[in-house]
Amino acid sequence: MKPTRITNSIRDLRQAADGMTQADLARRLGMTRQTVIAIEQGRYSPSLETAFQIARIFRVPLDDVFHYPDPEGEDQ
Amino acid sequence: MSSEEKRAWILGPVAVVSYATYLLLLLLTDLSYAPVLIGAVLASIVASIVLHIAVTTRGPHEPKDERDREIGRFGDTIGQSFVVLGGVIALILALAQGGYFWIANALYLGFVLSAVFGSVARVCAYRYGLPGRNAW
Repeated sequence: MKPTRITNSIRDLRQAADGMTQADLARRLGMTRQTVIAIEQGRYSPSLETAFQIARIFRVPLDDVFHYPDPEGEDQ
Repeated sequence: MSSEEKRAWILGPVAVVSYATYLLLLLLTDLSYAPVLIGAVLASIVASIVLHIAVTTRGPHEPKDERDREIGRFGDTIGQSFVVLGGVIALILALAQGGYFWIANALYLGFVLSAVFGSVARVCAYRYGLPGRNAW
């Protein structure tokens, strides 16, 4: 299965947020831990609303959480 | 494993077991097909409900989220194509004045394939991701 081209820094952001666990993040998002794992591993792209919720939880802009490569192959 | 993924695992095997039991009873006994078919359908519905309750009441309850809903829709789409296929075959059989036995069995096989392939599609989506998934 071809993975999504969207990458993310959720794992790093969790570590920076006093080691927030996947379960903690899932609870704050109202999702299952399996969904948070799938998002982190790039197996699932969340809805735009969920993406903004994740960015808000970590108090960072959306671009700091999710990255999409430009046509030249450089991360934006 | 989330509650919905457990549910996805249940649907396919239950459909396969009930259909295999139906075929065995049909081939090995002198029973009429109609009561056996109805019994198999009812048994699979009851078994699905009981197993679903059994697996979801054990362990922490997790809410159904957007990924569960999307995977559910994906599984339904895959599964419904087999219901339609069974319906089309049953329609052709009816137009060709085929027997009730074959019409009923075409429909039942469509339901079984729908459950099996819907279940496989859901499980694959949970394990490997939704195909071509790009939310934005």
